[in-house]
Amino acid sequence: MIPTIREMLSKHGGLPVTVEELEDNSDLYEAGLSSFASVQLMLALEEEFDVEFPEHLLNRKSFASIAAIHGALSEITEDVQVA
Amino acid sequence: MDAPVSFLDQLFSQGILHDSGVDGLYARSGMFEDVISRFEEFALGFGKDEITEAMVFPPGMPLSDFETSGYMKNFPQLAGTVHAFCGNDHDHMGLLQCVAAGEDWTDKQKATDVALTPAACYPLYPILSKRGPLNADGAYVALQSYCFRHEPSKDPARMQMFRQREYVRVGSADQAMAFRETWKQRGQEMMQILELPHEVEVANDPFFGRAGKMMGASQREQELKFELVVPVNSTSRPTACMSFNYHMDNFGKAWNIRQADGSAAHTACVGFGLERIALALFRHHGFDVEAWPSGVRSALWG
Repeated sequence: MIPTIREMLSKHGGLPVTVEELEDNSDLYEAGLSSFASVQLMLALEEEFDVEFPEHLLNRKSFASIAAIHGALSEITEDVQVA
Repeated sequence: MDAPVSFLDQLFSQGILHDSGVDGLYARSGMFEDVISRFEEFALGFGKDEITEAMVFPPGMPLSDFETSGYMKNFPQLAGTVHAFCGNDHDHMGLLQCVAAGEDWTDKQKATDVALTPAACYPLYPILSKRGPLNADGAYVALQSYCFRHEPSKDPARMQMFRQREYVRVGSADQAMAFRETWKQRGQEMMQILELPHEVEVANDPFFGRAGKMMGASQREQELKFELVVPVNSTSRPTACMSFNYHMDNFGKAWNIRQADGSAAHTACVGFGLERIALALFRHHGFDVEAWPSGVRSALWG
């Protein structure tokens, strides 16, 4: 999942740095992720993974790092599997 | 107090507002306007020496600047654009036939280069941008504009066309933040003098759609927007009568407004909803302005 997240981030994040330079725990907002870009990224991830972020995950924290995005997506996909 | 229609009906029956048949579009009485101009005068007494410039805008702004603002990204549901007839004699006949037959005649109207202003500070930024980099003091501008938001409602405090008075600070991040903190205090001071119950709370703009939920959450988490709310039409959902906003360097970047050192300017604004404040005064002090508390009368009428 992480490589796909990195690919989506590279395409939609509008970051001034390359995704390769970022650790999984790097702060994406510090790296230049704008609020609007984080929304674009969220929509792209939804399409890619065929999921919908629930309201409680639609916040800044969920997109604060690659690891955080992975955590949020894992929570959603786990819910889907359980359901 | 939670009876939206009744407050509106009272305003109509008291002749303070006049119904037009369209929700959110009302004629104002002379008394209502007097309260607004008195409030504006009162507000100007705060921070008067800090203001470097004043501007009043018409209710429309250039469509190109409206596009630059990014408003359609975030609030497409609220936007209004001006369309006009641009046809020939033949088209005119067709239009008249449609009107006579009660059919839709508006689909052939063409977009003009005017959009309705959604917030009083938007037309300011392109003007500042054209002047080149700011000096070290930045800019501190007092504004007033009619604004439009497409959100018809029976709540008289949610009009489609209304006025905002704003003070806008443009400069460094520190200047913008200090300005916002000062006005948060001043706003509360003003409401105390006007004897209006109020609270200041973290808020978010009504961003559109699911993506908007995230924008709103992000705005709240970063505490970019505060509102001073007063119960007007409802006690459970008080009305934002003032807002205190820090835009970071979003507008500085969007319009290329630069600080003296060449970096993108930071902006902050305080906005007063003029109709909302007048409505709050009528709601809490009654429909007879002569009978308003003496402290409020002397603050407004001197």
